[in-house]
Amino acid sequence: MATQHTKEVEQQISKGNARKYFFEKLSSKIFLACALLSVISLLLIVGFVFYKGANPFVTGDYSFLSFIFGSEWVPSEDKFGIFPMIVASIYATMGALVIGVPVGLFTAIFLAEIAPKRVAKIVSPAIQLLAGIPSVLYGVFGLAIIVPFLQDNLGLARGQSLIAVILVLAIMMLPTIVTIAETAIRAVPKSYREGSLALGVSEIGTIFKVVVPAAKSGIMAAIVLGLGRALGETMAVILVAGNSLIIPTSLTDSIRPLTTNIALEMGYAAGTHLEMLFATGIVLFSFILILNFVLARLTAKGGH
Amino acid sequence: MRQAKDNLLRAMLWGSAFVSVAILFTIVGYLFYKGFSYISFDFIFGDYSPIGGGGIFPMIVTTIYTILISLIIATPIGILAAVYLHEYAKQGRLVRIIRYATESLTGIPSIIYGLFGAVFFVATLKLGMSIIAASLTLTIIVLPVIIRTTEEALKTVPASYREGSLALGTTKLQTLYKVILPSAMPGILSGIILSIGRIVGESAAIFLTAGTVAAMPDSIFSSARTLTVHSYLVTQESGDIGLAAAIGIVLIVIILALNLSATYISKKFNKADY
Repeated sequence: MATQHTKEVEQQISKGNARKYFFEKLSSKIFLACALLSVISLLLIVGFVFYKGANPFVTGDYSFLSFIFGSEWVPSEDKFGIFPMIVASIYATMGALVIGVPVGLFTAIFLAEIAPKRVAKIVSPAIQLLAGIPSVLYGVFGLAIIVPFLQDNLGLARGQSLIAVILVLAIMMLPTIVTIAETAIRAVPKSYREGSLALGVSEIGTIFKVVVPAAKSGIMAAIVLGLGRALGETMAVILVAGNSLIIPTSLTDSIRPLTTNIALEMGYAAGTHLEMLFATGIVLFSFILILNFVLARLTAKGGH
Repeated sequence: MRQAKDNLLRAMLWGSAFVSVAILFTIVGYLFYKGFSYISFDFIFGDYSPIGGGGIFPMIVTTIYTILISLIIATPIGILAAVYLHEYAKQGRLVRIIRYATESLTGIPSIIYGLFGAVFFVATLKLGMSIIAASLTLTIIVLPVIIRTTEEALKTVPASYREGSLALGTTKLQTLYKVILPSAMPGILSGIILSIGRIVGESAAIFLTAGTVAAMPDSIFSSARTLTVHSYLVTQESGDIGLAAAIGIVLIVIILALNLSATYISKKFNKADY
């Protein structure tokens, strides 16, 4: 009698346990599925954009080389060359780096190393807010302030130009560079600084000869991320770029980078024209993938 | 000589920080200067009129829709994905692939998300240019943000919490829901707030997936504009900088409120527990 009773209890317990284990197992599968969703999303994005963009070159008789190196983009005449846009994108991004990196890096060093607490309390939230301002507003600001300023001071017919884009992008990449470089500089062990100071090196000398070189890989990562942001920026750039289809030869030329070409024409494009916009996307995407790869190498090296 | 060089560098450090802050104040100051006279009750809560004037209420509603829909989908998925990565997965090849994919998603420019949304959600799934198509696109955009911040939050939960709970005979799942997630909650909340900021600020992806209809959306399957897209279009089409700046003020106030609440949450909870 007693043994039968224990058996029943045991059976009940194991039944309860079976259900419990079932839920444990099921939930871990659900969690895995959620985690895999980012892989699936990435594959879908790459798959759909490449499939749509590669179509004219695979099924149609368009040559990919003349797409990349062609300098004429006249969809109505079936001419699709994006070389001017590639050049424009590269110039604009590089130009923005030339201005944005020194200012951003110096601000990061300031915050991490020498800022008095009260000053840091103003600068840090300011950078945070700068990072949060919607990109469109940078475009509005650029169009309302930077463009007329250039127009008046450089005597241009139109202020919308490569230099306007460079200035707007330099501002936009600032918060990215500052935040990431600051983290990297703060991660440098205190003993490095102490060792250098103990050897009689000045505070500023220590910062530039010891701390900054030690944070090199993190700083490089900051620059690469800032570069990615500048390369992919669209709406702000449309407003200040002027969008002319020429290969820029001077800072005052009106330009049309890759991103703006897509956004400007997606509204009405159809057929091959639409697919060519996706092909433009592929080129932009390839640049970004290369940057991601570089970034992965940098952070792996830095050991973060 | 050395002294002079040091002083110069020091001046440049201060100068750069000053420039960064000055840029922010110039932008915000300018937007307020240009747009403040537009701000009124009717501007915020009035219906849009295409003749000029009129309010931005339809765009506010559209923006709220996109926030709600994308968060309803992205938050649970993102949190559970982070739970898998941090609490369940054996660190190996699969986890590396998932992490790599998540990081890659972060780096993709929003215009590419827009292209994808246009071909996948709008065309292939036949949702049309609509709030729902834009929201689904935004879901993918904020997913990596939620996964990363949740993972960071899970890292701050001390191992002793897990051990203590498991030692009491709870299952892994019970420990997760009763112990781990509640103590990681402040970090998760800041991640969600960060995502709201990202959604509010997004424009290119929404522009290509939700279209530009300037009217109160009938349902989530209607085409509509968010605040950012509206700000872009009034600048581009009518050159109305004042109106664009006024929308900018609304956006900046939203972002500022989000930033402050994120700071508040992390401060409050950091003091409370660990």
